[in-house]
This record gives sequence, structure tokens and C-alpha cells, in this order.
Amino acid sequence: MERKIRVLIAKPGLDGHDRGAKVVARALRDAGMEVIYTGLRQTPVMVAEAALQEDVDVVGLSILSGAHMALVPRILDELRQRGLGAVPVFVGGIIPADDVPALKELGVTEVFGPGTNTQTIVSFIHQTIGA
Amino acid sequence: MQLLEAALAGDRRALARLLSWVENGAPEGREALATLFPRTGQAHVIGITGSPGAGKSTLVGKLARELRQRVPRLAIVAVDPSSPFSGGALLGDRLRMQDLAADAGIFIRSMASRGHPGGIAYATRDVVLLLDAVGFPVILVETVGAGQAQVEVARIAHTVVLVEAPGMGDEVQALKAGLMEIADIIVVNKADRPEARQTVRALQSAYFGVTTTGHHGPRADEPLEVVAGWETPILQTAAIENQGLTELVEAITAHRQYLESSGRWELRRRLHARAEVETWLQRHLLLLVEQRVGEERFAAAVEAVLRREKDPATAAQELLAPLLKP
Repeated sequence: MERKIRVLIAKPGLDGHDRGAKVVARALRDAGMEVIYTGLRQTPVMVAEAALQEDVDVVGLSILSGAHMALVPRILDELRQRGLGAVPVFVGGIIPADDVPALKELGVTEVFGPGTNTQTIVSFIHQTIGA
Repeated sequence: MQLLEAALAGDRRALARLLSWVENGAPEGREALATLFPRTGQAHVIGITGSPGAGKSTLVGKLARELRQRVPRLAIVAVDPSSPFSGGALLGDRLRMQDLAADAGIFIRSMASRGHPGGIAYATRDVVLLLDAVGFPVILVETVGAGQAQVEVARIAHTVVLVEAPGMGDEVQALKAGLMEIADIIVVNKADRPEARQTVRALQSAYFGVTTTGHHGPRADEPLEVVAGWETPILQTAAIENQGLTELVEAITAHRQYLESSGRWELRRRLHARAEVETWLQRHLLLLVEQRVGEERFAAAVEAVLRREKDPATAAQELLAPLLKP
């Protein structure tokens, strides 16, 4: 039996900067994970639907537009509505330090700022899902 | 099994989890397939193959939307390659199918090839069976960006659509064996490009007067069966511009009607069934041999080959010899 960690990397919101998301996607691929990369301008419903259909172990969101406090709650809500409330969600991008506790309060497992070593994210995923 | 009943009742999350089990070869997945197997054999499985960058994913996305006007539900299985180094994969086919997200009648599943060489994954056949069993009447299977010899999709699909981009090469490329031969329908995508006409012409002259397409051999080492009486249409699409999609749907429908009226549908089912039993026979046999030989003897044989004391064929034969004694 072959078990692979499946990760959804999505880029919700309207900004067009997907370089960070691509770097993370590639690092996770190189760490042996199967990364479903859905690209730019994902709505909360699109993110949640992809997470559901792909049966992912963890969801990574890249947000650089500053809209995280509007988008993240809606995404978490869509995930919960589909019975995916237990799927860990991490957020990367430009997130002011002040917003991090609020995001975690909402249910985000971890927040990674600019300059995070990709290995940190790999280790985080392994620890979080215990594989 | 609770999950199984939920999946049959249309619970998409239950289906997604079952698909993972099947994909991973988990015992629960095997059990589910065994239970559901009598329900399979209903879906029209359409394979979409072609070289990387030809526009397969975009075309699949547009085709799905077009087909959905005729069927209540539709599933897409999109395969991308796994890394031979890390075993990881970047599955990017959903990226080109964004406008399907709002349609609850469409279920998209990405799969990594996991080292399987034929253009689809080892478990793609089983994933398709499961989707068939839970009632998707049409299943689109998109292969990895396929090379000339990656023809395995023909062993699970009823209709194979080969997608070419303009500038694929001359007529001789089109005459080569392999991928070109398994096509039931050929699509020149990106037809709004100026080189498209030349590509269409090269394909047309290569296919002129040809009414056969190779397909669905009963065994991997036998030549694929040749289906006579279907003239492979060469169509043009510009998927992004929504051009040529109606014609493609019509060709797919016509191919299915041809399969049914000519008795080929039944024949293909028979050949698929045979291929499936053989695949499992090989899997079980391999597992059995691995268990019986044991890691120690296997490692010793590898060492012997490494030291050039034995050639690999002899070493393998010697490993099997004790198992073959009555």
C-alpha cells in the first residue's frame, strides 16, 4: 500500500503574485508530497471543493493582497460545511504579525511569513498530520 | 461499509475518501471495489491523450462543460507525472478547469502516475471503476503528457481522443506506430494558430483512406486489436476560444454509437475484462513471488549480479527455481 501526503496549494483573492505559492508547491513536491496546485484567483468555494474532491491531508493558502481577514474565515467556513473542519490549514504570504493570533483563533493551524525556509513548511506538514 | 453506502447515495466526501483508498491500494479500497464491481460497466470512458502542452487539460475542461449539457453527472480523472527522484508530484490539471468549480455535477480527481510508465497511474483503472460504480455515466481520463508509446489509456477507455498542437511534425510522424494508432478521434487544438492548417493536412494525408484504428489488445505483449469500419475524424478546436467543441462532442457521440451498433462495445468490454484479470494475476503473482523469495535471497542475487558473477536473467531464474518444484 502506497500512501502519499496530498496537499492543496491555492491562491485565493485577486492579487496575481503566485511565485510564492509555486515555490512552496515545488518544495513540497521535492519532499515527496503530491501537490494539487490550483493557481490564481480561487474563490472560497473553489478551494473547499478542490480540498473535498482531492481528499487532501492539508490545505495551504497563499494570500498577498491583504484580504486574508476577509478570505480565510469564508474558506474555513466552506470547509466546515463540507465536513472538512478537521483538515489543517496553513497560510503564507504577507500577513501582519497582529493578525496571526486572530487567524489562529479562527482555526488556522500555522502562518508562514516571507522568507520562511521551505523546509520549515515541510516539517510542519509532517508534524501536523503525523506522517 | 458505511462510507460505501454514503458514496453510493451521492456523498462526495465519502467518494473522495474511497478514491484515496483505491488509489493507495488499501484493503478497504479493494473491498469496496469487490462489493461495487457488479455495478460497473455502465460508464462511457473517454481517454484524452497527447503530448505535454497540447492543451489537454483546457480541452478537457471545455469538453466537460459541453458534455454536461447532455448528462447529469460527469467525472474527470487527470493524471500528471510523479517525480522519479522524490516520488512527489505537482498536479496542475485543475488549474485549467477553473470554470467547472461551480458545477456540482462535475467531480474532478487528480492522480499522480506514481512511477507507472504507460501514461496513466497503476490505479487509474480502479479509480475509473469506482466512479463508474457510483453512477457517473461519463468519465474523462486525461493522461500525462504522453509520448509515442504511452498507449495504456486505450486499455481502459472506450473512446480515445488524441490532442495534437500545431507544428507536431510532418506526415511521417503521423504514420509512426503507437500513440497515433490508438486514436479514435484526433483533435488539432490551438487551431487559431497559423501552423494549424499544415498539421491538419499532414494528419489528413496520413489517415486518408484509413478506416482502421488499433485498439484494446487483450494482452500487453500482443498487438492491439484492430477495429475496422470507423474512420478516425480529424477535428480542429481552439479550446480557450470555445471553438470546435460541439463538433468534438458529436464525434464522441458518433463513436459511441458506432461501438454499440457494430458490436464493438461488447467486444471492448470483453477485452477490458480480460486485461483486468490479467493485471491482477500479475499483481498477485508478483506479490506471491516476492514473499516466497524473501528479501535475503533477493539481495544476494543483486549482489551476485553486481559482482558480475551471474547475469540478471539467470539470477532471477535461480530465485524462482525452488518455487517451481512440485
